[in-house]
Amino acid sequence: MTPSRLSSAEPPAPADDDHARGEGPLLIEYADLECPYCARANVLLCDLPVRRIFRHFPVVSKHPRARVLAHAAEAAALQDGFWPLHDSLMDDQGRLEDPHLWERCRVLGIDLDRFEADRRSAAVAERVERDFRSGVRAGVMTTPTLFVDGRAYPGVPGEQLLGRLRSRREAD
Amino acid sequence: MIEPGSPAPDFTLSDQDGNEVSLGDLRDRTTVLVFYPLDFSPICTDQLNVYQEVLGDLQQEGADLYGISVDSAFAHKAFREHLGLTIPLLADFNPKGEVARKYGVYIEHRGHSRRALVMIGPDLEVKWSHEAPSPLEIPGANLIFDALEAQ
Repeated sequence: MTPSRLSSAEPPAPADDDHARGEGPLLIEYADLECPYCARANVLLCDLPVRRIFRHFPVVSKHPRARVLAHAAEAAALQDGFWPLHDSLMDDQGRLEDPHLWERCRVLGIDLDRFEADRRSAAVAERVERDFRSGVRAGVMTTPTLFVDGRAYPGVPGEQLLGRLRSRREAD
Repeated sequence: MIEPGSPAPDFTLSDQDGNEVSLGDLRDRTTVLVFYPLDFSPICTDQLNVYQEVLGDLQQEGADLYGISVDSAFAHKAFREHLGLTIPLLADFNPKGEVARKYGVYIEHRGHSRRALVMIGPDLEVKWSHEAPSPLEIPGANLIFDALEAQ
């Protein structure tokens, strides 16, 4: 039988086109830009000394704008605006309709015409889908899910994990 | 819970629209029964959301999916509409949990089933089964693909 495309596999190692920031131990995050738990995790992770890799895991039946937002973030990435738009969305998940996205682009200096074309492109959709499918293969079933040292941590990270990540930096 | 190699226990249940679905209807197909605790509970919502997202892939691999819980057909209908699900949901409502008991996944003191997956082959034999270590843990969709690959 042909191998199933969504059978189990570890989260892929960071690639050049992954969205990464920070320095320290590797932390791979599967998240949904409309998910309030992901917004909470973002607050907890933002000051941690980790190498943070963001991957999209939009769950549309739970968050109707999730995939639209993932595509928007990828379109912004093509103008080096992934993290600014990511942070803008995570800081305010109450205004997510198209006019709100356009206003965010204006504030962030993202070219709107290019953004509008890019966020509807097949390349951007495939980029988001790549992340989502790698998450399914890694067993992600909720957002956020964090991977540290090959182990999955579903949900908002608890103090035990956060403390361990902080102390690893101190031990380095 | 029921083990691979066993004949799948017979059942007839209503789906969300009141249509009866019986074990015999599953002959000549590969089917995954998704036993889950309750409609509208947060973890079950996560589980069915992600299964919905990969439903097309599962169907491409030749598998159909049915959700089963002790909720009524009316609750199932509302749950499906709320989440935009197309996965059919079967009502193990009366006698409550009877099918979950037959498959060995009913929790008597809680009044709902465990979170469990049962793959039934075209010959109506159980090919694979998996039970989450606790109702708070969701079996990854990847496990279903692994089981399909192993058939």
